[in-house]
Amino acid sequence: MTMSDTQTLRGWLLSETPTSRRHARLSALYQGWLAFRGNTMAMIGLSILVALTVIALGAPWIAPHDPFAQDLGNRLGPLWAPGHPLGTDSLGRDILSRLIHGSRITLYIVALVALIAPIAGLLVGTVSGYVGGWTDMILMRITDIFLAFPRLVLALAFVAALGAGIENAVLAISLTAWPAYARIARAETLTIRSSDYISAIKLQGAGPVRIITKHIWPLCISSLIVRVTLDMAGIILAAAGLGFLGLGAQPPSPEWGAMISEGRRFILDYWWVATVPGLAIFTVSLAFNLLGDGLRDVLDPNSSEK
Amino acid sequence: MAVADETGGGRGDAPLPRWIKPTLRTIGSIAVTMLGLLFVTFIIGRVMPIDPVLSIVGERATKEMYNEVYLQLGLDQPLVVQFLYYIWDVMRGDFGTSLLNARPVAEDILRVFPATFELATFGVIIGITLGVPLGVIAAVRKGTWIDQIARVVALVGYSMPIFWLGMMGLLVFYGILGWVGGPGRVGIFYVDVVPSVTGMILIDSLLDGNMEVFKDAFSHIVLPASLLGYYSLAYISRMTRSFMLAQLSAEYLITARVKGLSEWDVVWKHAFRNIRVQLITVIALSYANLLEGSVLTEIIFSWPGIGNYITTALLSADMNAVLGGTVVIGLIFILLNIFSDLLYKVFDPRAK
Repeated sequence: MTMSDTQTLRGWLLSETPTSRRHARLSALYQGWLAFRGNTMAMIGLSILVALTVIALGAPWIAPHDPFAQDLGNRLGPLWAPGHPLGTDSLGRDILSRLIHGSRITLYIVALVALIAPIAGLLVGTVSGYVGGWTDMILMRITDIFLAFPRLVLALAFVAALGAGIENAVLAISLTAWPAYARIARAETLTIRSSDYISAIKLQGAGPVRIITKHIWPLCISSLIVRVTLDMAGIILAAAGLGFLGLGAQPPSPEWGAMISEGRRFILDYWWVATVPGLAIFTVSLAFNLLGDGLRDVLDPNSSEK
Repeated sequence: MAVADETGGGRGDAPLPRWIKPTLRTIGSIAVTMLGLLFVTFIIGRVMPIDPVLSIVGERATKEMYNEVYLQLGLDQPLVVQFLYYIWDVMRGDFGTSLLNARPVAEDILRVFPATFELATFGVIIGITLGVPLGVIAAVRKGTWIDQIARVVALVGYSMPIFWLGMMGLLVFYGILGWVGGPGRVGIFYVDVVPSVTGMILIDSLLDGNMEVFKDAFSHIVLPASLLGYYSLAYISRMTRSFMLAQLSAEYLITARVKGLSEWDVVWKHAFRNIRVQLITVIALSYANLLEGSVLTEIIFSWPGIGNYITTALLSADMNAVLGGTVVIGLIFILLNIFSDLLYKVFDPRAK
């Protein structure tokens, strides 16, 4: 390693002799990014999601019209109509603007589920794996029970009990999503638990809480991230399905699944009203699948398909 | 599933035959899982914002009538006792009566279930016949264009909202091209033409020898079944591919090739033979998923199956029907899971 190399940021990041913990961490991150960047499909997925985030954040400024403004004189307008590039729906609302605002709802659902389910799973899984014995048995039985439920049907039943709405849909989807993460976290914990460095920390007097939060969680994160990203597509589809059935976001909310449901009545004569939001759902869940595949190759090479 | 965590400890010292302990354990875990399922549906039924008594007696009932039904339903008992009653009822096949048509829910479910079964079975058959060869070819020709196509096919399947694809299918193949029948199981002229024996119209019409009805029913089922088939194809082909890849790099295949076997024999008679058990478990799982996927599909195609039944009941707050349907689908789901686990254990000596 020459002097000029270490002076550039790139050289510093690729240094084989990290000088601090932060340096090592950043360096590992950068090398992961380099590997990830070579995966074209994953980069496409990432770009779509970045674009989606930008659109969602700037929705009020990007959308050409008010997503709720009705114009009954201009119902079911065709594609590429002046001022309405994606046409108008059955109440004359601009479909493009509704799509743009709907991206906020999609991201909101995804973000909430991605927060709730993995954290719950991580908690249950690591405690179960680390403590073992009866705790493990009971927690894993509960996990099995939830895994045994068909996802959408359980979510349906929950929404039926809690009432329709986005928050309840999120709750229902999270309730069906956490067991898979608990399984993964438990498996990781079991392999980590008996390793030497855990014994070393134990000898230093670390308690179980410290061991779990500081030394087991960080190692479970990468496999969880992969799994969560791959699951995101399924979560979006489930949320859209609930919206389509009228159990998720309620009208006049521009949620994509609900938009498809509205357009369904006119599908034979005005096909684009239902087609366009479906394409949006497809694009976003495809992006999550591509990103997830790429992340798996970088973070979890053992389980990768190639 | 749960039954996989057996340690097989204490083999020599037990006086009982060796198979007793694992069998008991399997039965135990099935029982616990089913109890859990019932517990969850029970709780859902309890936290419901709908008053079960009011929904039976109606808004204008007198106080006495209300109290009478309240006691009849056992709502004055402690929750534990209510739960035990609930288990007892479900075990006798009693899911209560539907609020919509005042018929027993179990009867309704029995009536609608064959439609779902017919659809899901047709779907999984399509998924197997296309998905397995696709997965095998993708593994053998790994990295070529055919592998890429298989990958895209699966990726699109994982990313497409099933209800939307169903609508597009109806739009194109029914609305524009007119190749298939529209929503429903048969055209309006053929409703109740053949006597219902199995409840599956394809089979009933064959039994009756009525080819006209069979053709019509086929033209109605082919689109929703292909749709479900596509989703199971996506899953089955991916799993087949990764199972095959694991076999193709094994040393015994080198031996087979060195012996001079043809490539066909190497792939199908050696490698494929070894993934059959794994494949059956995957197929059982994807079948279970199809039962679930059929909920949205049935809505789109107005298919009078269990998914349609649950959703209709849900939208009219008919809770007995919703929970009954959920329990039935959940039980089938569990049974299929256990079935695939058992198959694995019976047929794969390494799993013992």
